[in-house]
Amino acid sequence: MKLKKLSLEQKNRYYGLYFILPWFAGFCFLFLTPLLSSLRFSLSNLQVNDEGFTLKYIGLANFREALFSHESYVRTLTESVMNIVLNTPLILIFSLFFAVLLNQKFHGRVLARAIFFLPVILASGIIASIENGDLMQSVVRSASDSTGGGLSVIKNLELTTLLIESGLSPTVVQYLTGAVSRIYEIVSQSGVQILIFLAGLQSISPSLYEAAKIEGSTGYEAFWKITFPMIGPLILTNLVYTIIDSFISDQTSRMVVDTAFKSFNFGLSAAMSWMYFAIIALLLWVTTALISRKVFYQD
Amino acid sequence: MKTETAAMPHRSKKEQLNRLASAAYWVEFSKKWLWVIARFVLVFGISFVILYPILLKLSIAFKSMDDLYDSTVIWVPQAFTLENFRLVFKAMNYPAVLRNTMLLSSAVMVLQTIICVLAGYGFARIKFKGSGLLFAAVIFTILVPSQTIMIPLYLHFKNFDLFGLIELFTGKPANLINTYWPFIISSMLGMGVKTGLYVYIFRQFFKGIPREIEEAAYVDGAGYFTTFARVILPNAIPSMVTVMLFSFVWQWNDSFFTNMYLNEPKVMSSMMSSAGYGIATYMTGGGQAANSLVQDPFFMSMMMNTSVLMAILPLIILYVFVQRHFVESVERSGLVG
Repeated sequence: MKLKKLSLEQKNRYYGLYFILPWFAGFCFLFLTPLLSSLRFSLSNLQVNDEGFTLKYIGLANFREALFSHESYVRTLTESVMNIVLNTPLILIFSLFFAVLLNQKFHGRVLARAIFFLPVILASGIIASIENGDLMQSVVRSASDSTGGGLSVIKNLELTTLLIESGLSPTVVQYLTGAVSRIYEIVSQSGVQILIFLAGLQSISPSLYEAAKIEGSTGYEAFWKITFPMIGPLILTNLVYTIIDSFISDQTSRMVVDTAFKSFNFGLSAAMSWMYFAIIALLLWVTTALISRKVFYQD
Repeated sequence: MKTETAAMPHRSKKEQLNRLASAAYWVEFSKKWLWVIARFVLVFGISFVILYPILLKLSIAFKSMDDLYDSTVIWVPQAFTLENFRLVFKAMNYPAVLRNTMLLSSAVMVLQTIICVLAGYGFARIKFKGSGLLFAAVIFTILVPSQTIMIPLYLHFKNFDLFGLIELFTGKPANLINTYWPFIISSMLGMGVKTGLYVYIFRQFFKGIPREIEEAAYVDGAGYFTTFARVILPNAIPSMVTVMLFSFVWQWNDSFFTNMYLNEPKVMSSMMSSAGYGIATYMTGGGQAANSLVQDPFFMSMMMNTSVLMAILPLIILYVFVQRHFVESVERSGLVG
């Protein structure tokens, strides 16, 4: 009876609910329930047996164990968070820079774009983790270094001394040269970000640049006064994406998985991941709150 | 026709010479070319950084045992050999793994796209008290790392039951670990790899489609679901292509869920992580002579490189064909608002 009173438009609004239904079922059964039970597991001692598992409530003991008696959790956690804090600005600047570069017209642009988006399909944690400890690759690398006159080793040292002599503080220099040595890591994490920035750049109306050019602005000014504000919302999107993407395959996540499936300490693992999640959430909240105040929205 | 050419000033020879003599011209000229060179160096350099691991793997994969210990061989092997590929092909049961991965990724891709396009449309159009909260839930699923819900999910699929129905018929809950059902079920219910992101993409896209289009369809007598199928969906094809590309690739590369749900290396990503072990068992099964090879770290590393290369090779081949659509579809998908 009540439905009769609604207008067509109002009814259609509720029809939308049918579309969400499958997703909502998944959200309840495969997300919300696991999330709550994960919280419960983190507060208990979980024993797996033949008929499933038994839980014994032990309070905050798991959290205490992770923080105070686990041999490497705190160290790994700080390292992971530091990595995120250090890499995220680099990835954002790098991807914006190269998106601007790839947006210009030059010969071989199609090829360059194709290569730059390769990390989107190749950058999965497993390939990277295999690559890190690979013997053969390091042999070839060192061999080509020695035949090439050890260029790659010297280059970084020279850069460091040059920068320090020019009066920069050693911390900044370390950060920059560290970025140069980690270039592959940064490149392989910024595929999607470049893609998003590039799409954003192409949606900026060319008439803005035209007007600016007539008014006599240089390319540099046009970047800071037009490109940068227009792409602001996407910087925020990419920031969030970079942060949540980086915890998929880092040290702490690996430790969480290992604790669960190698040492079968499910409660400890749940506690570890909850603390990690809390820190990431805090980080995300702070950064988005800081940046979204500066972001310019056109409408 | 082209009228722009008429606007170009025709300079006389003298004017041109004057122009060449001015300093400003040369400053502009050198500025332009310096930028072109700098850009070339940057793009080339980073392209090299990206391609370097693949080239390295290619070089290693074609090497023979003799080349491994030949110090004059660095990049180009002296004796090209396909022996490594043949070995990995057999040891990893490559055709079966490839077929499994293809089927799994395609199934997940189709299911995820369907569910997410429905959910995205729903989220773009519903408007009542609490609908904002519902969409916040989508964002929340993106933000929570999968490690947090990994253990309950694992136990859930290990003792899978649908309101006690399965236990009623078979006497005990079904164990879905080491089957493909966890992937199918979670993508069917929109909780697969990065599904929240796809819902977000579709929602942004459908927000950009004016309501007038739908209203016109209603006036013409189409119902709600007809309108969606006949009017809205055809418009959404670019963003569907984006989501399909991403979900295929990410499912292919996903090692987290595959390692969790599958005990045996049935698909590419879990094959890669256990390649060393697989090859070692295959080789030692072959006889005593192979044993010394397995203990040789260089040899094992060569095998690892070859198997990683073979795992990503199908993706790269697919990528060559669809890479054009990557940027184009992201542009048109409304991901960027």
